Amino acid sequence: MHIMEGFLPPVHAAAWGLASLPFLVMGARSVTRVTREHPRAKLLLASAGAFAFVLSALKIPSVTGSCSHPTGTGLGAILFGPSVMAVLGAIVLLFQALLLAHGGLTTLGANIFSMAIAGPWVAYGVYRLVRTLGGPLSLAVFLAAGLADLATYLVTATQLALAFPDPVSGFLGALTKFGGIFALTQVPLAVIEGLLTVLVVNLLIQYSRDDLDELAFAPGVVR
Amino acid sequence: MRRINLWLVAAVLVVAVLPLILPLPRGLAEPFTGADGQAQAAITAANPDYQPWFSPLWEPPSGEIESLLFALQAALGAGLLGYYLGLRRGESQRGRPDADRARRDALAVAARD
Repeated sequence: MHIMEGFLPPVHAAAWGLASLPFLVMGARSVTRVTREHPRAKLLLASAGAFAFVLSALKIPSVTGSCSHPTGTGLGAILFGPSVMAVLGAIVLLFQALLLAHGGLTTLGANIFSMAIAGPWVAYGVYRLVRTLGGPLSLAVFLAAGLADLATYLVTATQLALAFPDPVSGFLGALTKFGGIFALTQVPLAVIEGLLTVLVVNLLIQYSRDDLDELAFAPGVVR
Repeated sequence: MRRINLWLVAAVLVVAVLPLILPLPRGLAEPFTGADGQAQAAITAANPDYQPWFSPLWEPPSGEIESLLFALQAALGAGLLGYYLGLRRGESQRGRPDADRARRDALAVAARD
């Protein structure tokens, strides 16, 4: 999902940067609020960022014969709400842009929008929907994290298709092309991300019920 | 719960390793390249005139340095996550009376022996 440095035309790069900006401001406020209102949960917030740090560093083979990486943003989104992940995800992306030449500064806005905004909001929405419909916690967590992962890559494919529409088949043709590169490859990785997020939530319920209570996460679910 | 977690880890390993065992899709020039790089190649192929207008300020000078930094990224994340879970696990066990009793009993046995 990393769009490489310089690979979005300046107008697109600026537009995605502008689109991400309000979410980053909102995210910074959320982080301040969370740390002020729930000082006990600070370390959990850092751990949610750490989870995104690990998962986005792991390039995993897929059945399509290519490699890609999960995003790890679903966990923090369902625990703390989607806003905080804009900030945590941006930190991960900045690290990779500056030290790994993975992604870039000019494409940072677009990459933040896909990984740190679209993914977390999908995770949050899916989690709330499944829980509201009475679905079990593990299913809600699995679907939230997995679909957030897929959504991130679909947004990247859309961003590239908008910037580089096919000369013949236009935007839709390009979307099919970029979607083909990203989406199918990402399916097994989304499954992996879903399973790992369920694993971490299980461990949190087992060892860290107090922190989850502090955040009013999945009240009443005990091991 | 512990058994469920072991099954989750096993399932992750299966999904991650399976692509390496299954036959590769036909017509693949090079196996297991990155999807990000493929997208970049697709852009260049469809738009030969496109020139990236900015280049990274710094690039890892070799594949080894790059893998060092990726490993560092994963280690930092896993380290912090492991620290948090270990800390809370220790706290949750210290607070449990039966765990305290078990520890006292163990100490008593050790003292007697």
